[in-house]
Amino acid sequence: MATIKETVADPRLQLAIYSATQRLIDHRAGAVGFKVFPEYQDLRTLAHDIKKHTIEHLDYYLEQLEANVVAHGGQVIFCEDAEQVTDFVLNLAKQRNARLIVKSKSMTTEEIHFNERLEHHQLEAVETDLGEYILQLAHQRPYHIVAPALHLTRYDVADIFTKSLGVKKEVVIEEQTKIARSVLRDKFLQADIGVTGANFLVADSGAVVVVENEGNARLSSSAPKIHIAVAGIEKLIPRAQDLAVFLNLLGRSATGQPLTVYTSFLSGPRREGEVDGPDEFYLILLDNGRTKLLADPDKRQSLYCIRCGACLNHCPVYRKIGGHNYPWVYSGPIGAIITPQFHGVSKDPWLPFASSLCGACAEVCPVKIEIPKLLLKLRAEVVEAKQREGAGGLERLAFRMFSWMMTHPRVYLMLACIGSALAPITPKIGPLRKWTSQRSLPPLASTSFHKWWAERSSK
Amino acid sequence: MTEVLERLGYQVDFPAAQTCCGQPAFNSGYTGDARRVARHFLDVFNTADYVVVPSGSCTSMITHHYEDIFQGDAKMLESAHRMAPRVWEFSRFLLEVAKAEDVGARFDGIVTYHDSCHALRELRIKQGPRRLLAKVQGLTLNEMEAAEECCGFGGTFSIKFPEVSGGMARTKIDSIVKTKAGTVVSIDSSCLMQLQGVIDRSGLPIRTMHLAEILASK
Repeated sequence: MATIKETVADPRLQLAIYSATQRLIDHRAGAVGFKVFPEYQDLRTLAHDIKKHTIEHLDYYLEQLEANVVAHGGQVIFCEDAEQVTDFVLNLAKQRNARLIVKSKSMTTEEIHFNERLEHHQLEAVETDLGEYILQLAHQRPYHIVAPALHLTRYDVADIFTKSLGVKKEVVIEEQTKIARSVLRDKFLQADIGVTGANFLVADSGAVVVVENEGNARLSSSAPKIHIAVAGIEKLIPRAQDLAVFLNLLGRSATGQPLTVYTSFLSGPRREGEVDGPDEFYLILLDNGRTKLLADPDKRQSLYCIRCGACLNHCPVYRKIGGHNYPWVYSGPIGAIITPQFHGVSKDPWLPFASSLCGACAEVCPVKIEIPKLLLKLRAEVVEAKQREGAGGLERLAFRMFSWMMTHPRVYLMLACIGSALAPITPKIGPLRKWTSQRSLPPLASTSFHKWWAERSSK
Repeated sequence: MTEVLERLGYQVDFPAAQTCCGQPAFNSGYTGDARRVARHFLDVFNTADYVVVPSGSCTSMITHHYEDIFQGDAKMLESAHRMAPRVWEFSRFLLEVAKAEDVGARFDGIVTYHDSCHALRELRIKQGPRRLLAKVQGLTLNEMEAAEECCGFGGTFSIKFPEVSGGMARTKIDSIVKTKAGTVVSIDSSCLMQLQGVIDRSGLPIRTMHLAEILASK
């Protein structure tokens, strides 16, 4: 895995990231412009308000959802963490004598390392989204929330297929798709259990909504006898009619599609007289730390995220460092604000600082999460945590000196004078070395503005 | 900036006790230190009718973020609220207060304009500086493709993540070079320092200039 420095310095990787994200940026721009979609800005506000309302009444809507799923003949399982999810699936698999699971793309299962956990118990889980399948073969985690294999070129994919599947080298994308399809068709037919994620959980109808472009989620949820949907509790929306807001925003923000190719509304097992659908349906509602995020009235807006990935595409930092340098499966700006909240600010204290605070993310967020504001809050929390742990003393001292200097104008002026006199002979160490590693230092003005002003005023 | 404002008939004062708006501390998570500096700012500029700021970023700190740092301190909040409407980013002051689009400047050459992030996204300044540039005699404005993309400065970000910051600047500069402009103009000096630093390191014949410098040119 390439480090931050390596990623920035790798022209091939940079080209892969830039061209893929640029494509997504352009497609989105073409789908949300005022001429093609005049209601876009209003829908963003509405989506924000609906999510705010839902998150603030989560208990109510969760109960409603559960009652409706059960009424359709499904079961709802509340899981606190990864272990509880695995236990449930393993138990069920044992009871039903299941060996093979087909999976459609789900960040929530990535979050809990679902596949690896099952592997330890000789239960095979096969990813069926093309990008996810490629990554599973390559033993990599998703690079991007929506386009998991965004960093791989077709040549990389050719190598991965040759190495893992023993096929001859194939660099034509259509042919690569055929190779994957021939493997996956059999898996769909043989699978005992299908696992999907969920884009939306509709409380008033008990429906699980999954959007996708490949049709593999629809197959995963209907071909095997058992369908398990795994979703974070924040995926709730109150009413089916709210989908008109969210479906319109999700596809456009993610890939520039007014609607994805497939939108599946899944509510319970196959009923009498229906041709398709599983015999059993389970909805796993995962907390895994989400309720912790509810505590802070400001930061809880992080839970509004609908995982469109637009903030990643538009983030100049994500585009430089790529997805794998973020510590968790959620990368980019949204990853930078949710990771510290899930794992604690002390685990990866650098993360909220890895942003120039340019605000491009917030501008494209379909549910208007104030990402830069939350980054600033998290930065302050990192500083507080460091102080509690007795770390970061040097930086704290530097900022204490800064604020002292800036509130004592005479000292400030005197030090500025000394500083500019010494600048030419100052060794390039510390922050200065970091600065000059990339750029030249600005030449110093021959006289300070203060001095110039004083002389001018005395004339 | 002083020359342009005086040309338009304003009496300019430069309070010698002024230092900083406090943004470096605020953006680095040191809210307490930022608060101290902000309080000093509010004291120093207390009596001014207009505070004209040659930076979108500093302006936004004062008008948007003082609100955040003084949360829970009713007295300081009130003081920040009283200050906010008097604080103007330079280009916006020219257009909306002085109502001057043509300030009588002359600058021969091709320039391109860099939208600095806080001016663009927090203050919604986009067309104003371009309107002012359009009235400068001899000046041709060639827009770059990545005008709205961050230069990569980001305050302490530039020294905490030098490679990423430098890479961002180089991407921006690639876009600047394509415009054939000899000068990059912006309303934030920090972006210009970042860009000029990387331009110099690359040995490119491009100069960065603050909008005020262009408008003061004759």
